[in-house]
Order: sequence, then structure tokens, then C-alpha cells
Amino acid sequence: MPAKGAMKSLTRAPSVPAIATLSPASVVVDSVRREFPDGTVALDGLSLRVGRGELVAVVGPSGCGKSTLLDLVCGLQTPDAGRVDLTGRTVLMPQGDTLLPWASATDNAALGLRVAGTGAKQARARARTELAALGLAEFADAKPAALSGGMRQRIAVARTLLSGADVACLDEPFGALDAITRADAQRWLTDTLAARPRTVLLVTHDTEEAALLADRIVVLSPRPGRVLEQIPVDESRPRSVSDPGVVAVRAAVLRALGVVR
Amino acid sequence: MILAALIVVAFLGGWQAYTALSSIDEFLLPSPTDVAAAAWGDRGLLWDNFTVTAREMGIGLLIAVVIGVGLALILHRWSTVRRGVYPLLVASQTVPIVLVAPLLAAWLGYDLTPKLVVVALVCFFPIVVPTLDALSGVDAGRIKLMAGLGATRWQRLRYVEAPSALPALFTGLRLSIAIAAIAAVLAETAGSDEGLGHLMAQSIPQLETARAFAAIIVLAGFSVLLYASLSLAERRLAPWAHPSKGLKT
Repeated sequence: MPAKGAMKSLTRAPSVPAIATLSPASVVVDSVRREFPDGTVALDGLSLRVGRGELVAVVGPSGCGKSTLLDLVCGLQTPDAGRVDLTGRTVLMPQGDTLLPWASATDNAALGLRVAGTGAKQARARARTELAALGLAEFADAKPAALSGGMRQRIAVARTLLSGADVACLDEPFGALDAITRADAQRWLTDTLAARPRTVLLVTHDTEEAALLADRIVVLSPRPGRVLEQIPVDESRPRSVSDPGVVAVRAAVLRALGVVR
Repeated sequence: MILAALIVVAFLGGWQAYTALSSIDEFLLPSPTDVAAAAWGDRGLLWDNFTVTAREMGIGLLIAVVIGVGLALILHRWSTVRRGVYPLLVASQTVPIVLVAPLLAAWLGYDLTPKLVVVALVCFFPIVVPTLDALSGVDAGRIKLMAGLGATRWQRLRYVEAPSALPALFTGLRLSIAIAAIAAVLAETAGSDEGLGHLMAQSIPQLETARAFAAIIVLAGFSVLLYASLSLAERRLAPWAHPSKGLKT
């Protein structure tokens, strides 16, 4: 089938093996296809690798199967074709505001540890220490309703990182925040990941966020999602939107998406 | 609260005025002062019978909660059971309690047991329905969160579904409290020699209408007290169900 052959050549973009030789891969997604019961094909022939300690951002038009990709990586859905190989455990931070309203920030942050089997007291103590280390000490006892959207999302990120998984999948972590709050949160995430290196697969619709945070940007096609292009970001951190490298990467991403020529 | 008190005062005033101005017989409609006099005069009798009814309501409600929550958990866990049992639950509510209560007294005797059966039977249903709905209607994002953390079914219940369903359980309990008094009185009139229901049923043919009214007021007061303590408990145990205004930013 010529169509399938064309897709394969796209997924084997030259940057993939180059990255893969740099560090052992944590996530290998190999030619996955995902079709929903209603016949919608969310992903078709999608391949990507995430190296250990790498932050890969996935961008693409709405409905291109970005969230489905994270579900596959986290084992919440199984591919209809192809496979997903993982080194270690994954954890998912779903889209939206998912802090539990009845639990304090500390208890929310401790949730992943509790689920992983850590005792209540120890989990809470570790969560408290971690929140303090991430600059969130003053909010440790607050309930989510008393926190701003930016703080809530930071605590949700802290919960995800604290769960101890090797690969963190973040689905639009700052998608619902206003521009100023989001810029703060992105800077905070850069600092946090510098202090707590982790393999991250970040889904975002925000090309600026991808250029600011990622080591590599994977651009997906409209549905059914497959990899259009992989764009490495070689800019040192912390980055600013005005850095020439960031501007260039953003332009490249927008070109790949077909938004600009 | 102040409004409720004003309404009560206005109602009592109107009632008193009506009985004073019209020449209605005291045995048909005693005035509020007659009722108050009867309540004071028969306070020992009222208290003794009140403790009986209060025990029936309290233990009956407790049984209803245990059965109601247990059923909600079971039906939530096994959807096949849910499809099979839910219609039966609805059917159980069509049982004409008024007619069955005397039978229960004949089967189970004149003591506490048949009253507990009636109260529990009437009260468990309003607990099952909202609790089950809330357990099954948990926000999809939170379910995904737990799945993404690798949570087991039990952990999902413990950390997400149970706290999400707690406010609904309280709603069900509030409805149950309101009907528990009626159920207890009904069960007593079907076969008993004590309790406020029995006292009312006795007082009216004895032309002690004021005493019957006093019994009603004691029962209503107790229900309101139960309701209020439940609201208080809810504020403490499930404060997220009623976030105070102005807290959200």
C-alpha cells in the first residue's frame, strides 16, 4: 500500500534515530493506530521516541489525537495496531483542573504516593517537603477552592512528579490559564524540571509553550494524527519568548502546522 | 432561621385568633395555648412516649443508612446487579406500608422490630438513589486522574468516588429524616402500646385533641433537631459541598 509506505517514511524522520542514540529511550511508540468504536481514526501510523530525561512536546491541531496518544503511553487505552514500549512507570496529569476539592494541597500532592502504596503519614510529610522545595509552602494547607488557577495547576504538576513515576505525561497543564499566569507557571515548570529532572511528554496546543519548555517538538497532522515533523530546540534554559532560537523554533512549528508559510 | 421563627409566630397568632374568634369546639381544634397547657401538663407522658419513637426513628434510620449505602456500593460495583436489582428497589417503594404495617406487627410482634422494619424500608430508598447516582457520576477528569496514577478500583473508591458521593448521601439522609417520623408513627398506630404515634391514636378518640397536637409538635421539633444536627455534621464532614461564598478567586 503506497499510502502506508509514505506514512512510514514520515515517522522515520531523520531526527528520531539521532535523539535515540543520545540517551536510552524511555518511551517508544511504534506505528500505532487507534480507532474508536464509532469508526473515527484518532491516530494512524504514529511513531515517536522520548529519551530518558528528555522533554518532548507534542503539538497539533485540535482533535488530532494528542490526548489519545497520552492515553496509549499511560496504558489507559491500547493501540489497535503498533506498540508502545516503556522503560519504567508512567503517570498522567489529565487535562483540566483535577485537584480533589476535599483535600488540602498537601494531601492532593500526596495522592500519587498514596496510590503507589506509601503510608499516609510518610506521604504527607514528603508532599509537604516537596511543596516547600517547589516554592509552594504557603499553600500547603489550603484547599483548592482557596487557590488561584495557576497555583492549582502547579500543585497538580507537583502531584504528578511526586508520584515517583519515570515518565510524566502532562496534558495541557497550563491550557486553561490566562497568558500572564501561564508564563509564570511555565517558568516555574522550567525551574522545577531543572531541579527534578524527569522524562516528560507534554501535550500542548500552544506553540510558544512548546518552544519555551521542550527539548524537541513533535508536530502532529490533523486527524488521524501522525508525525509531520520533529523540531529540536537547542536553546539554553531558562528561555524567553524573545530569544532568537525560540522565535525561530516557533516559526518552524507554525510552518510545519501549515499556519504560516 | 429568623424568618422561620417569624413564620411560626405569625402562624400561631393566626391560629390563636381563629380559635378565639370562631366558636370552634376545643375538641376539634384546640388553640395554641390549649396545646401548650396540654404539653406542660402531660410532659411526663409525652417524654416517655417520645423516647420510644425517637429510638425507633434513630435505629431505623441507622439501619436505612447501612442498607442504603451498602446497596449503593454493591450496585455501583456490579452493573449487572444494578440492572437486575434497581427495578426491585423501585418496586419495594410501591408496597403500601399502611396496609403492610399491621401484618408486620402480626408477624414480628408488638415490640421494636416491626417499627424498625417500616422505618428502614421507607427510609433506605431516598439514600440509595442519590448516593448511587453520585458514585456513578463522578467527574470524568478525576476518574482519569486516578487511572493515570495507576489506582486500583478500591483506591478510586476511597480517594475519589466516596468523597464525591458524601454530599449526596447527606441529601438522601435529609429526605429520610423527614419521612422517618411518619413511618414510625404509622408503624405504631398499626400495633403498639407506646410511642407518640400510639399516644396520638389514643388521644383523639379520648377527646384529648390538645394532647395529640402536643405530640405532633414534639415529633416535628425532634425532626427539625435531627435535620439541623445533620446539616451541622455535613458542614463538618463535607464542607466542599457548600463552599462559602467569596472564597473562590
